[in-house]
Amino acid sequence: MVVREETEYTIKGIKLSILSPDEIRKMSVVAITVPDTYDEEWTPIPFGLMDSRLGTIEPLQSCATCGERMESCPGHFGRIELIRPVLHVGFIKNIYQALQATCVECKRILLKKETIEKLHALIKKYVDRNQPYFANLLINLASKKASKTDICPHCKTQQPKIKFERPFYFYEEGEKGSKLLSPYDIYERFKQIPESDAILLGFIPPSRPEYTILFVLPVPPISIRPSITLETGERSEDDLTHKLGDIVRTNEKLKQSIDSGSPQLIIDEHWNLLQFHVATYIDNEIAGLAQSVHRSGRPLKTLAQRLKGKEGRFRNNLSGKRVNFSTRTVVSPDPFISINEVGIPYEAALKLTIPEAVTAWNIERLRRAVINGTEVHPGANYVIRPDGRQIDLRFVKDRTQLAQQLGPGWIVERHLLDGELVIFNRQPSLHRLSVMAHRIKVLPGKTLRINPMVCPPYNADFDGDEMNLFVPQSPEARAELEEIMTVEKQIQTPRYGGSIIGALHDYITSAFLLTRKGTKLNRFVAAFVMGMGEYKGELKTSGREIFESFLPEIDYENKPMAVFDEDDKLLIIKKGKIIKGVIDHNAIGDQKNKTLISKIYFNYGPSAAAAFLDKTSKMLLGFLDHYGFSIGLDDLHLDESVYKEVDALIAKHFEKVNEYIEKYNRGELEREPGATIEETLEQRIMDELNIARDEAGKLVEKYFSKDNSILITAKTGARGKMLNLFHMTACIGQQALRGKRINRGYENRTLSHFKKGDISPAARGFIKSNYIKGLSPIEFFFHAVSGREGLVDTAVRTSQSGYMQRRLINALLDLHAEYDGTVRDSEGNIIQFRYGEDGVDPSKSYGHDPVDLDGIIKEVLEE
Amino acid sequence: MSLTPELVAKLEREGVSKAVIEQLNEKLASYGKISEDKMEKIVDRVIKSYKRALVEPGENVGVVAAQSVGEPGTQMTLRTFHFVGVKELNVTLGLPRLIEIFDARSKPTTPTMIIPIDKKYSKDRDKAFEIAIKLEELLVDDVVDSSTIDMVNDRIIFELNPNLLRNRGISLEELKEILESRIKSIEVKITGSLKKKDEPIYMEVSSKRELNIQQLNKLKERILKVRLKGIPKIRRTVIRKVELGNGDYEYVIATEGSNLKEVMKVEGIDRRRVYTNDIFEVYRLLGVEAAREVIIREAIRVLEDQGLDVNIRHVMLIADAMTRTGRIKQIGRHGIVGDKSSVLAKAAFELTTKHLYDAAARSAVDNLLGNAENIIAGQPIRSGTGHVKVYLDLLKLLGESEDGGST
Repeated sequence: MVVREETEYTIKGIKLSILSPDEIRKMSVVAITVPDTYDEEWTPIPFGLMDSRLGTIEPLQSCATCGERMESCPGHFGRIELIRPVLHVGFIKNIYQALQATCVECKRILLKKETIEKLHALIKKYVDRNQPYFANLLINLASKKASKTDICPHCKTQQPKIKFERPFYFYEEGEKGSKLLSPYDIYERFKQIPESDAILLGFIPPSRPEYTILFVLPVPPISIRPSITLETGERSEDDLTHKLGDIVRTNEKLKQSIDSGSPQLIIDEHWNLLQFHVATYIDNEIAGLAQSVHRSGRPLKTLAQRLKGKEGRFRNNLSGKRVNFSTRTVVSPDPFISINEVGIPYEAALKLTIPEAVTAWNIERLRRAVINGTEVHPGANYVIRPDGRQIDLRFVKDRTQLAQQLGPGWIVERHLLDGELVIFNRQPSLHRLSVMAHRIKVLPGKTLRINPMVCPPYNADFDGDEMNLFVPQSPEARAELEEIMTVEKQIQTPRYGGSIIGALHDYITSAFLLTRKGTKLNRFVAAFVMGMGEYKGELKTSGREIFESFLPEIDYENKPMAVFDEDDKLLIIKKGKIIKGVIDHNAIGDQKNKTLISKIYFNYGPSAAAAFLDKTSKMLLGFLDHYGFSIGLDDLHLDESVYKEVDALIAKHFEKVNEYIEKYNRGELEREPGATIEETLEQRIMDELNIARDEAGKLVEKYFSKDNSILITAKTGARGKMLNLFHMTACIGQQALRGKRINRGYENRTLSHFKKGDISPAARGFIKSNYIKGLSPIEFFFHAVSGREGLVDTAVRTSQSGYMQRRLINALLDLHAEYDGTVRDSEGNIIQFRYGEDGVDPSKSYGHDPVDLDGIIKEVLEE
Repeated sequence: MSLTPELVAKLEREGVSKAVIEQLNEKLASYGKISEDKMEKIVDRVIKSYKRALVEPGENVGVVAAQSVGEPGTQMTLRTFHFVGVKELNVTLGLPRLIEIFDARSKPTTPTMIIPIDKKYSKDRDKAFEIAIKLEELLVDDVVDSSTIDMVNDRIIFELNPNLLRNRGISLEELKEILESRIKSIEVKITGSLKKKDEPIYMEVSSKRELNIQQLNKLKERILKVRLKGIPKIRRTVIRKVELGNGDYEYVIATEGSNLKEVMKVEGIDRRRVYTNDIFEVYRLLGVEAAREVIIREAIRVLEDQGLDVNIRHVMLIADAMTRTGRIKQIGRHGIVGDKSSVLAKAAFELTTKHLYDAAARSAVDNLLGNAENIIAGQPIRSGTGHVKVYLDLLKLLGESEDGGST
């Protein structure tokens, strides 16, 4: 067990409530009355917005309140004493509700006494039990019911209607007409609401309804709204400071106009302006209220804007955090490192460090690291003395001497060493396999290197992708990486229980060529090939035997993708010997269920599976290097006569399409149930053209030899589909737009090259050419049309599915399996009595089956 | 060979699921004779394998489920329509449908039913057709080619389509009868006959009351909406042949539009297997467990249709989370997330300020139980490896038992 001291304080809970004016005054260190910040000498103006009692943001300067320096002074609140009260815009709805639900006369909630008592008891119970969901239901019920009551059940007063006018005006509509309720009026009413009633209105102590009317405004410390100095030497204040300045200014003006006995109209105008400034200070995106803007016209980012949205405090800074000891660059492939490894550039290795405590067992190594310093690889960047002082090795003159001082109690922040675990990640991090632990390997070059076989889980390629790397700083973190996050432990994906990591592209081709019947190597080549796979044992020369040498003693059965030979219909491996069949994508490929890799993973463990992949892939690469495999134009060459055949075939189908069109024109086409006659025709044509393309494909397929490279890659699952081959050599076929033939553009025609109303295949985006022959300009255009649709589609889809996933994660993130096998959320509510109804973890199951029954039965029977 | 009752009992005792035991039995049957100790060995290994495959306590199965369903979302097509077996019937599939399911919308964009026919005549295409015709909703609108208002005589003239009337088996007398019984204030006169081909049939409708032009128009609309036959909301039916494997097949009726309650009353259908993709309809009629099943089936179907492999357990967990309270809750701010008790978790999701204001008024306490909250507070989460707590009995460490005696 890793012993770690409990963090000194654990936060058990966070309580939110509304500040009372008294509290605001109590926590304030100064009342701000001057709307300016600094004087000519850049010293803070007393009682100004940057009053030195609010804390300090200048290094080396002491805080006027607590005396601490910038690093340790948390800052202190000030206040603005508002001459006239204003409403808090955030609570406008609560204010409206409370006004509607309480009596103008007796200020009680408009519910019968017994109802109040009953509800009060219930709400209290749920609040005490911390079940806010139920409490909220009752509160909403109470408020709703009370708002609808016209006559006060307590004093029998007829209630006037309360009208709310955005953004913050309330009117009492009595018999004498409508009367504007000033914040004073509202305050007076709220103040008299008894506590039991306030609770029913949703104000649970210490929060009170009248606290939503502001008499004092807290002024946040300077550290929350620091001023910045531009390169020009100009000082620029934070948006909040600007807004606070507006408030102080308006407040002072209001005070003056009252003191000087200005007409009520002028006073009200200032009061209203004050209300506006306080409102936009809290939230600058209130519906029905003009936004407060900066001199440049940019809307100010005030309190609510700081918290809200993707770039707000919650999502950007609190839910996601930035860290040190991380690096990011372009990734490139290196098939000769293990799937568990990541190659990092020397330059990165000099910056990424791990703090290691000096002990008797590592002191020599750490001394050498300190001596090597910051510029030589297995060195160190910092040393922390027992007294906690950090020494920067860049500035130590005599490192050898410092190295001699090392001893227990010292900590050395030494460079990362080969074989140490780091976290590696590629965005978007859509699943847990987007973040895996790799062992580092310092390599020459300036990119991060990964084995191409780990591309599928990251969904990475090497066209300029960048990836992130993080260095764990604690032993616990490293232990977790080792035990649960290493690449080899992620071979089985939890999504479908198959191996997501496996051989790709050339490895598959090579495996097929190696294991198909009759592959024999001469001894020298065989030695090279097996040597590539680090094989130490008896030399084999037949292809299958070479492959077998890399297999553990395992039984395995599968249907290969490629069936060139009737004998290869089934792949059977017994005790590590290939009885029959070939190895291809279905056996060792990536993102597949029930692969050989899964089988090795379960029977011999993750490390064995990783070792198998590492060694076999290198061996296969060695073999393919010698065997030679390439794709060229030759593979796509067909005789002119074949093209003629294809042309004739397509012409035949075009003829059929024409028949349909003529039939339609003559009005003889039978309407299919549930479709219009035009839809029927369209459907017929589309069906016919699909047949045309498929038949063209089938036609050319016959003319490819078994050794055609593209045919091999397509059939073994190494790369491409047969369809791609047909596109290149036979016919590309119908281009679609929104699932239909292309039919938009000009009036009743797609392009001006066609007659109006032409619905022949060519006029609606059928491409009869292939990529080898090339497309006609018109065909090329249609091809581009459906290509563009694809791009637009992808762009739309990513945003939609991204939001769906965010919602799913937020909804389910607290669900976890418990010791009793149930699935519960963080409050202990049971979601499932047994996970997945059988308790089986998909990532530990063999494909979709919890247990590989066939495997077990056969294994036992053959013992 | 099959498992002896003792072995079955053993498997059950060790917690092996029924499905696996059944599967094992089936598999064993195809292997011929197996000796007793080999049988025993097989069972032991199955147990071992099964136990190895169990979830670990603390595992964040929720996140894994969300990721497993969300990650393939990027690979899905956006094209909303997809054919289900038959060309004529469109159903929304792909990402939009998946979002619709998790949104718990009250109506699917394309409601559809699959109605199997009673075993007795499930292979009889004509019988299927007969039932389908009975189901299909037929409005007056569907048999009318055109309609005009005769302002001089204050009546409405409909031109009827004789073919459609014949196909749907509605006689002119029936039509008149239904209309007059449904709308009491009108008189219907039909000229023409169904027997004569290519001769237009006219239906004149006049009101017993004096009507102005707007009222006539309204009346016309009302008449067009009158249902002559079938079940409301079942707009179209298609007979589909379903292969059951081993050359076996049956006919089912696929519909556009859904009305579970009424369809279940229809004679000749297999009531127990009627299916609709309308989750809320199932919820209202059959309850939350059935609705859960539909959510699972629909989501899995969307994924499968796109060729995406997702373990059903993930979808099941999502469906269970949605239906936990006995009602269907949306995945989002008006559902599961919105009902969380943690202020911070809600604020970190959507409507940040609203949740903070509400919490302040209610003096809410966030007890930092969930993962999102603890991340915000900068503390380790309480699931995964954080689920484990180590307790140390100091007394025992000192060699003393709790009751004071030494151990």
